[in-house]
Amino acid sequence: MLRDITLGQYYQANSRLHRLDPRVKLIATFLYIISLFLFKNITAYVIAALWLLLVIKMSKVPFKFMVKGLKPVMTIMILTVVCNMLFTKGTPLFSVWKITITYEGLKMAFYMIVRFVMLIVGSTIMTLTTTPNQLTDGLESVLKPLKKVKVPVHEVAMMMAIALRFIPILMEETDKIIKAQIARGADFESGNLLKRVKAMLPILIPLFVSAFRRANDLAMAMESRCYRGGDGRTKMKPLIYKIEDKKALVCVALYLFVLVAGGIAGNYLPI
Amino acid sequence: MAIIVDKLNYVYSDAGHQVQALQDISVVIPDGQFLGIIGHTGSGKSTFIQHLNGLLKASSGNIYYNGEDICHKDYDRKQLRSKVGLVFQYPEHQLFEADVFQDVCFGPKNLGLDRKQTELRAFTALRQVGVPEDLFYVSPFELSGGQKRRVAIAGVLAMEPEVLILDEPTAGLDPKGRDDLLDQLAKLHKERNMTIILVSHSMEDVANYAERILVMDKGKILFDQTPKEVFSHVKELEEIGLGAPQVTYVMQELKNKGFSVGTKMTTIEEAKVEILKVLKGR
Repeated sequence: MLRDITLGQYYQANSRLHRLDPRVKLIATFLYIISLFLFKNITAYVIAALWLLLVIKMSKVPFKFMVKGLKPVMTIMILTVVCNMLFTKGTPLFSVWKITITYEGLKMAFYMIVRFVMLIVGSTIMTLTTTPNQLTDGLESVLKPLKKVKVPVHEVAMMMAIALRFIPILMEETDKIIKAQIARGADFESGNLLKRVKAMLPILIPLFVSAFRRANDLAMAMESRCYRGGDGRTKMKPLIYKIEDKKALVCVALYLFVLVAGGIAGNYLPI
Repeated sequence: MAIIVDKLNYVYSDAGHQVQALQDISVVIPDGQFLGIIGHTGSGKSTFIQHLNGLLKASSGNIYYNGEDICHKDYDRKQLRSKVGLVFQYPEHQLFEADVFQDVCFGPKNLGLDRKQTELRAFTALRQVGVPEDLFYVSPFELSGGQKRRVAIAGVLAMEPEVLILDEPTAGLDPKGRDDLLDQLAKLHKERNMTIILVSHSMEDVANYAERILVMDKGKILFDQTPKEVFSHVKELEEIGLGAPQVTYVMQELKNKGFSVGTKMTTIEEAKVEILKVLKGR
């Protein structure tokens, strides 16, 4: 029952985007998200949408996977749209009972939803084309400058990598413990809330014990292989910018330039 | 009364692929039998036994326990689980209570028994698996591996099942712990006429204790015979990553060296008798 859940939604494919250095993807996604908030006119959004479509096309990931990323935030999106529509003052278009819909409200809601969708889809593409391990590697490398201000970048990245590594294992373990307790007659479905929370204890306690045991074993294994933290540590697959990565960065810069130009021009358009 | 498995199939999807874990399993397990199940990792042994107490739902096919279809939607599976006790691999990972005694009480308590009955059963179960009384009120996490295993098995025994299924109960135990545990199972089998289903990797274990052996491979039953018959197919067993008990190989070697011994022996006891007989005859 729990094996259906997969964390990190990496989609295996062989595209240019998949082969890109994770740092480039991180930076590009970051810049893209910022770019969405720079301007608030139709030209800028069209440029951003075109860029997004191009990237989706390049990623070779089926479109439905992008839409999947939108599902969990659907409620927030709808709420934002409704709030914007209802509470923005301006020229009234029509009104029903006490509710007045204004032109500005509709515009605001439209922009909001476009921004939201593009933001989510944009970052979904990154997680779809980058394995969690690559992602942590990239993050560690990108955040390296923070070491100067005593942020333990390597340690945080290592913790993330380990956590990601252990999620499937702990899922499987949970599944096993649940089954073992059901076999001992445990009932997780009936009773009131308090009773059900109490019924979780026979799952949670063994799970914690096992998590600690595994953490202990792992720490021991790491130490016996002389792990001493990040200083002077080399990587099996070091991240090196290749010509493709540089090209990609130039493309991103180009996109930003076009967007800024289009955005400024758009401010003078009547819409 | 018995367990009747009729054309059981189990299919699950893994990362978008359909995997046939069990294929047309049909078997009748009469009351009071000591059944061994052997098979390579991934042969479907664990999946199969999880069907017997309703933890997994068959994709198709039926399982009858005492004449009742356990796959039927109205069947009381909670009741079934008290009748068919399942001890998972590494059962010590399921312990959670503050002390050993309370942990063993978990099962009978879930059956809705009163306190007296619960405690009586827990006490009996702990005694049956040979946990000394001075350990009853110790935290289960302080016990050694072998003791934890016994406590966990007692946790299932305390529900007083009619059928006891154990998935590799001896994995990770030292030789003495293994022998003790298996002897206790044999005792339960004999004294309480309990049906015991033992899933194992060890050919010796099943050869020594089981009356009948199911050999599983790729979700199917390859052999369903007595230990002697099963271990006469050494070649086929080796092809699927299993083998015969070591003593069978020893007898084979003796024969190759020119001793006129039989090669059907599967336990050390039988081999001893045979070797002595041959030596005396010389």
